[in-house]
Amino acid sequence: MNHQLIKARDLHKYYAVKSGYLQPSKSLKALAGVSFDLYEGKTLAVVGESGCGKSTLARILTMIEEPTSGQLSIDGIDVAKTTEKSIKKQLRQTVQMVFQDPFGSLNPRQKIGNIIQEPLTINTNLSTNERHQKVLEMMELVGLRKEYFQRYPHMFSGGQRQRIAIARALILKPKVVVLDEPVSALDVSIQAQVINLLIELQQELGLAYIFISHDLNVVRHISDEVMVMYLGKPVEQGPSEAVFNTPQHPYTQALLSATPQAVVDGKRQRIKLTGELPSPIDPPSGCAFNPRCQYADKDCQIIEPVMELYGDSKVSCLAVAQQRIGQLKAS
Amino acid sequence: MIVANKNKIKDMAENLSDSGPGRSLWKDARMRFMQNKAATLSLFVLLVIVAFSFIGSHFAVWSYERIDWNAVGSAAKVGMPSIETGHYFGTDDLGRDIYSRVIQGTQISLMVGILGATVAVVVGTLYGATSGYLGGRTDQIMMRIVDILMSIPYMFVLILLLVVFGRSIIMLFVGIGLLSWLDMSRIVRGQTLNLKNKEFIEAAQAIGVSDYKIIMRHIVPNLLGIVAVYATLLVPGIILAESFISFLGLGVQEPLTSWGALIKEGSNTIMYDTEWQLLFPLAFFVVSLFCFYFIGDGLRDALDPKGR
Repeated sequence: MNHQLIKARDLHKYYAVKSGYLQPSKSLKALAGVSFDLYEGKTLAVVGESGCGKSTLARILTMIEEPTSGQLSIDGIDVAKTTEKSIKKQLRQTVQMVFQDPFGSLNPRQKIGNIIQEPLTINTNLSTNERHQKVLEMMELVGLRKEYFQRYPHMFSGGQRQRIAIARALILKPKVVVLDEPVSALDVSIQAQVINLLIELQQELGLAYIFISHDLNVVRHISDEVMVMYLGKPVEQGPSEAVFNTPQHPYTQALLSATPQAVVDGKRQRIKLTGELPSPIDPPSGCAFNPRCQYADKDCQIIEPVMELYGDSKVSCLAVAQQRIGQLKAS
Repeated sequence: MIVANKNKIKDMAENLSDSGPGRSLWKDARMRFMQNKAATLSLFVLLVIVAFSFIGSHFAVWSYERIDWNAVGSAAKVGMPSIETGHYFGTDDLGRDIYSRVIQGTQISLMVGILGATVAVVVGTLYGATSGYLGGRTDQIMMRIVDILMSIPYMFVLILLLVVFGRSIIMLFVGIGLLSWLDMSRIVRGQTLNLKNKEFIEAAQAIGVSDYKIIMRHIVPNLLGIVAVYATLLVPGIILAESFISFLGLGVQEPLTSWGALIKEGSNTIMYDTEWQLLFPLAFFVVSLFCFYFIGDGLRDALDPKGR
């Protein structure tokens, strides 16, 4: 059960941004040093504000883009070092993705059956009948009726579309599924159905999930491990209970205090973050979070903190390292 | 019991949408098109004209090559439209039957228009989609080529081609086809840039679909709406261009004819009281062009997602 599927070490992704003629092009640091491990049957949640590099991470893991630097191994194979097409194909089949917007992720001109079987058409040599059979099995697994095979995406609701997208991602029997905010575009009641479907499928097929989200309540429900990201860097990383029950990094604390909770003690401390997310083109010196951090001091503007283990989870914060803040109970 | 089945019932409720086979976006569009009366009527009229150009010759008494010697030189007196002489639309000054010549001209003009538009659509769509999808430097180079070709005066080149290489229908096709795909490729490129960032394209990339197949399977089918609209508007444009060239006397050569050539001959002799020589071909020309424009309009309304 402890087979390692993804090993990411210090992943960086820079995009070149042109600011005009005769001026040097700047680089946008979408990812600035992300490391994690993912094991079979586990769920790693990636949490953070929009623009913190969550989706870039997803694109790198699904091999749509290549990292600028850093090491990424999928199922024990180093992605950067493989040039052979057949192995790349195999790696592609190992990691599949479900997208955020179920209205944008299905081709409106294709029938459901064709959408779901496209991965098979591209990556396998099965006959039409075999593919058809597999698609029907998969549709049943995700709770779609057989008649839907001949229908078009515009005839379905958001929840059903997301089931179709999940079926497409699972048809190649991947080991890892990257879920890029799979429920944030859905109604709350449908969210629960899709989340439960995902959990059932994980137990049935032994999948590992990378669950990208900004909805902390959902993350808490589904994840084994959590990685909180800020401006392309993880700031806190650890087992789900540890991060949720004893958040250490000031940013994690602020995020958690912002989630609505059905607790009627009325005494929850609300941490309000002021200011905007700084530009990833020229991030603040020292700790990227220092302009918005209530515990920041002079050191934070100069010294860049590193990830270190405190208690159960890894944190990159000088204030934690120097024990300037006490632990805050979120619930 | 009821509680135990709750999940099943929930699933049933979600699956309880309208049954029956899938209704594609095309079927939806067809229904909307049918609701547009002007467009439906135009389509009908155009189909009648096309049918006429194929069936009409069976009813002709005179073939388009046969000369009625009685009418030669005295078309104004003898060659007027009449059922008795068999010249339903009258004759021209050389005694040729206008009815047969209009049928022939209709065939040729429609063929030039439709074939020309087809070439323009195929080339323009593939070029524009490739340029837009690949992006970056490739896109820059491909689009600058289009800009350069566009800056060449179109009619001038066409006339030069016809003069240098001789007047033939093939040369006319080459000349018109060479230049009319440029607009198409620009429109398609713009749409492709729009589509390229949709998540289903990204999904296809994650699956490992090759660039060629993404263009053919995911981008082009989603472009067909706008391409269909533009193509129906391109057909009359090409017919007009051909007519203009023929009017100048450089297009289709005798004994073949086209609407433009017929209109030219008719207008030359208008002062001798032989107005039927102009009016019959002109009527076909004008009605067909109207039809094409109305159909294009109807298609745009039917396929435009914003109208929904």
